[in-house]
Amino acid sequence: MTMHAHAPDSAPTFRAIPDRLTSPARNFLGSWEALLLLVAIAIFGANSLASPYFLDINNLSDATFNFTEKAIVALAMAFVVIAGEIDLSVGGIIAIASTAMGAAAQAGAGTAELVVVGLAVGAVCGLFNGLLVARIGLPSIVATIGTMSFYRGISYVVLGDKVYSAYPTDFAFFGQGYTWGVISFEFTSFVLLAILAGILLHRTTFGRAVRAIGNNPFAARFSGLRVERIRFIVFLMTGLAAGLASVMLTSRLGSTRPSIALGWELDIVTIVVLGGINIQGGAGTIPGVVIAALVMGLVTSGLGLLNVPGIIMSIVIGAMLICVIALPILLRRLLHKWRSA
Amino acid sequence: MDTPENTGPDELPRRFGPIASLVRRELLLVGAVLVLLALIAIRFPAFVTPANLASVFNDTSILIIMALGQAAVIITRSIDLSVAANVALTGMTVALLNAHVPELPLLLLVALAFLQGLVLGAVNGFLVWKVGIPSIVVTLGTLTIYRGLAFVLSGGAWINSFQFSAGFLGVPRAEFLHLPLLSWLAVAVVAATTLVFDRTSIGRAWFAVGGNPTAAVYAGIDAGRTRFLAFCFSGLLSGLCGYLWVSRYAVAYVDVASGFELDVIAACVIGGVSIAGGIGSVGGTVLGALFLGIIKNALPVVNVSPFAQMAISGAIIIAAVTLNTRAERKGGRIILRPQVAAIPAE
Repeated sequence: MTMHAHAPDSAPTFRAIPDRLTSPARNFLGSWEALLLLVAIAIFGANSLASPYFLDINNLSDATFNFTEKAIVALAMAFVVIAGEIDLSVGGIIAIASTAMGAAAQAGAGTAELVVVGLAVGAVCGLFNGLLVARIGLPSIVATIGTMSFYRGISYVVLGDKVYSAYPTDFAFFGQGYTWGVISFEFTSFVLLAILAGILLHRTTFGRAVRAIGNNPFAARFSGLRVERIRFIVFLMTGLAAGLASVMLTSRLGSTRPSIALGWELDIVTIVVLGGINIQGGAGTIPGVVIAALVMGLVTSGLGLLNVPGIIMSIVIGAMLICVIALPILLRRLLHKWRSA
Repeated sequence: MDTPENTGPDELPRRFGPIASLVRRELLLVGAVLVLLALIAIRFPAFVTPANLASVFNDTSILIIMALGQAAVIITRSIDLSVAANVALTGMTVALLNAHVPELPLLLLVALAFLQGLVLGAVNGFLVWKVGIPSIVVTLGTLTIYRGLAFVLSGGAWINSFQFSAGFLGVPRAEFLHLPLLSWLAVAVVAATTLVFDRTSIGRAWFAVGGNPTAAVYAGIDAGRTRFLAFCFSGLLSGLCGYLWVSRYAVAYVDVASGFELDVIAACVIGGVSIAGGIGSVGGTVLGALFLGIIKNALPVVNVSPFAQMAISGAIIIAAVTLNTRAERKGGRIILRPQVAAIPAE
């Protein structure tokens, strides 16, 4: 291998001193987000060719429902993954929060109380995860596999084979209501939360701290970051987001079973990874996650219009996950080989 | 052994090094299993009769076999989430073959189950080794693909018990020395895995790569190839379990063993396999699986609703991993990220 440093072989003959060597536009074109956006546009085009009903505005609005809840949790999960951890208990949190809301509704709670109950249960579950990972120091993948069974297990203990469906009528707004015209409340919340998450990750010291911890928690601690507290906060955020998703999903379905949101953790992690968040921590962007959520939504709604069964969709999503991750790695390797040849 | 005087603050972790703590943890687990059995026996003495314990062991056999495969993967600092999907796909393949071509000899079907499991594991291993995708991402993807393929193969149809040949269902149930063949298979896999872990260079390489990938590379071990072989091992055993599962429950459908990967990982973790790699043992893994198996079988006996089983397993996993992490605390920390190991040694 030849590893020679570039020596300053000649004095510069030009006077321009550029701030950037590559323009922002060129940076973007070579980025993960651009690749994803291309994939999203391709799927959008394929969908509109494949089904005449796809471009209908009401259809597009309906299509947003099947991914916004997952996408909202994915926004928070992005912080957890960037911090070098993972939270597999989100599906369990949605189930336990939904069960708590069902029990509260049966006890006669109004819509406002139900929302508070859902968010509070989500926050408490996130707090417990944070306690296990940040305070006790458990590896998050195992700790949250445990709490995943534990939370959903409590749902099973409470509900068994029964179902809660006595929700007040105005509770339906959170999952079925519209803010403006065909723009749903769920989609509005997602857009607002995405902007919030983007600012938090990319424009605040907290976001920088999360990335620093994901890169090297010990170095982060030695530079004075409160690693334990920040890990705690990201798990709390994810719990809260799962609580919110639970409010929306319960409101949309109008009923609670213990198997609600089963397997969602894998879909959510898929969105996060597809969004270019490094699963080993330290890197990733919120726009990436947002586009990945769109890609997932487009794929599922497009295949749904073509009457493709859900399980075949999951093959497509699984294959897409592997290919989209593998492609840049292989391309880079090919390029490297071609350049060195 | 060196005298620990000159070690200062590192004295404690050195005395309770990985080997010592592993033996201690296995004794602790044996104790936990015995206490559990004793507690059940106080109220339900019939549970601890040899015949019932044998049936509990038989019921846990599949979990034991798969946990051993998973242990190999986790020891190399990876994870295989696709094992249950592998069971579903391989189980569906052999079930379909048996239902449509009943004259195929069973030995051929079992060989095919091994082979298909191996191939599915090798696909995971290849993507981890040659493409360099983190194992959790690879197996998350193949988990949905393998289970989806089971749907493609079967068209969503179920294969029910009357469609299987007598031998297909009967052989794992055949008794030999008072134990069904399924239990003997588990015993054989435990023995074979012990040999692989303790007496072969690949077993040693698994521990080396998981314990310190960078050091392993400098010691001349190909970390990627070592991980690849761990995935092959896990796939091989999962493939076998595909046949065993379908035969045991006499039914094959797409959602066979759904979510079982988490039980498998839980058995490893309870058994003291460190998710950070490099630490684990066959004995511990088997005990972890047995611990879960006893609880699953005891719940209906002690009149706990089957709906409570999930919450209880969850609580046990949390408790077990908390205990393990306490025991595993190391003296020193690695400051640099272990990326060096990702560079192939050339």
